Amino acid sequence: MELLANLSLGFSIALSPYTLMLAVIGCFLGTIIGSLPGLGPSNGVAILIPLSFSLGFDATSALVLMTSVYYGAMYGGRISSILLNIPGDEPALMTTLDGYPMAKAGRAGDALVISGVASFVGAFLATVGLMLLAPLLARVAYLFGPAEYFALYLLAFCTLGGMASNNQAKAAIASCIGLGIAMIGVDNTSGMPRLTGGNLHLYDGVDFLVAIVGLFAVAEVFFFIESHGRDSSLGVKLEKVVFPWRDIFDTRWTMLRSSLIGFLAGILPGAGASLGSFLAYMSEKAIAGEKGNFGSGVARGVAAPEAGNNAAAGGALVPMLTLGVPGSGTTAVLLALLVTLNITPGPTLFTDRPEVVWGLIAALLIANFVLLVMNVPLVKIFVRVLQVPPAILLPGVTMISFIGIYSLSGSYFDLLLMIAFGLLGYLLRKLDVPTVPVILGILLGGNMEDALRRAMVISDGDAGYLFSSPIAIGLWITAIAGFVAPMFLRGLLKKPQRITD
Amino acid sequence: MASDRVFGLVVALLALAYIASARQIPVSFLSDPVGPRMFPIAIGSVAALASMFLVFRPDPDPDWPALRTFGALAIATIVLVVYAYALRPFGFLLPTAIASALLSYQIAPRPLYAAIVGTCLSAGLFMIFKFALGLGLVPFPRGLFG
Repeated sequence: MELLANLSLGFSIALSPYTLMLAVIGCFLGTIIGSLPGLGPSNGVAILIPLSFSLGFDATSALVLMTSVYYGAMYGGRISSILLNIPGDEPALMTTLDGYPMAKAGRAGDALVISGVASFVGAFLATVGLMLLAPLLARVAYLFGPAEYFALYLLAFCTLGGMASNNQAKAAIASCIGLGIAMIGVDNTSGMPRLTGGNLHLYDGVDFLVAIVGLFAVAEVFFFIESHGRDSSLGVKLEKVVFPWRDIFDTRWTMLRSSLIGFLAGILPGAGASLGSFLAYMSEKAIAGEKGNFGSGVARGVAAPEAGNNAAAGGALVPMLTLGVPGSGTTAVLLALLVTLNITPGPTLFTDRPEVVWGLIAALLIANFVLLVMNVPLVKIFVRVLQVPPAILLPGVTMISFIGIYSLSGSYFDLLLMIAFGLLGYLLRKLDVPTVPVILGILLGGNMEDALRRAMVISDGDAGYLFSSPIAIGLWITAIAGFVAPMFLRGLLKKPQRITD
Repeated sequence: MASDRVFGLVVALLALAYIASARQIPVSFLSDPVGPRMFPIAIGSVAALASMFLVFRPDPDPDWPALRTFGALAIATIVLVVYAYALRPFGFLLPTAIASALLSYQIAPRPLYAAIVGTCLSAGLFMIFKFALGLGLVPFPRGLFG
């Protein structure tokens, strides 16, 4: 049993007191980050990366800490959805649809417990799925040459642009902005500086951490200044939290189905947790039909998106670890972490650094149980955190971002660049241009170009080589379909609007 | 409508400028079949093409904030830029207190409250990062205390 041997290796690392402590801290921080409106998993992890780097964690510790934050944020996102009717992060949007009506009907505690258990089921099953599927996919990934990798990167941009945004042209522009920025700096192949405009600071290229923190964290401050921190008062009261056994038992099939849907959505490169929760909610709504009363505060409407969302979070780790292609915005940030730690994700990771992969998987399994305890019996602590006013929170977040980036490079140029990215992020989000493709472009641009150029060296400039293997052709077809199909399905995929009081 | 058209035009111009500068990239004599120019040029072309869709098929306008809010955003940007320059010469505590107080004031306009928030954030973050996490932050201007 190779799997058991691997798992015991993982647990031997994850069960050390130090790693366990990191997992607990990560879960705690993550739940706080997720529950605070304006601090989602992507910017939460983004702010913490430079810090964990300058604190000198080794690879396993940093990875355990950050993925616990990631899982924790996915759990935490539901808290503000249910209590404030504001999604704590984007995937939690679907949870507001039934969570908030349920809370208004005086069942806030029930909604929190049901969604907490659903999160656990989704995340747990997805972690098991990751454990089973990732080694298999890693084996397939050995068949990937530069042509296949180029098609795969293209697929990530296409599905991300196609499914996660409302306008394909805008998604394409966002990807181009990211890719264009990635080209700045010294060219890997020829060693010549490119597009630096003679600025010496740009010879090393633009650090993606600077871009991520700017686009996600600093941009958020501008949004809060615009809204003056409005609509963030606690709308409903949380009475005693009791366990609604009956509802949890009744939603068991919903949770299982949604976990499966979410996991599959998560695996798709570029689609991510938002799609997972969306598909899970919509399919449960369709199964329940008119009698289901979805949208009026039913238990299944709370359980479905949360199971889907958390399962997608686990599923998104599969392509990230095995192929180095992230399945969502936050896994793109986690990929940035891996690259910073000098770990190359991909099939070789499973053979060269098994302790990292399996330590991570074991830590995720443990983190799940920690999160279940934190998010069901101890949920009241996090409800307190929601009462921190934005006028304290946002300046704090900004300062932490500055400390992080400054301690990483010590250069004011990076800080200025971060502010510029903050402004860009504000502008792009105002114009409904997705920012995740920008990040993905900056992260993957170099690799994508390298793959193309190596493929062309192998084939001596024959472009037909890009379509020469069945895997490559399959990826190209999926990429084009993923980009074009949503144009025709837009009416069907229309996101339900948040209900307003 | 107009916002998307303007955005599309700006992107188109930037893409053309990007392509133009990509054509200036020096090519070394030992190059691969693709070379360092082609990929950036392809990126610029895709962006230019996509921007045309925005010019001709724009989405409805977003809700732009009032002019005063733009003023607040501009002030916040200036505060952050000055903060970035001030960190090294003035140490951590003073610039952080002022910058976070100003940001806090921009979000919730209560002067005294903002001042308290700024002071506490600066002191609190310094404690956490310096003593609990061990980052090498410099509290005061260099030279003031030796």
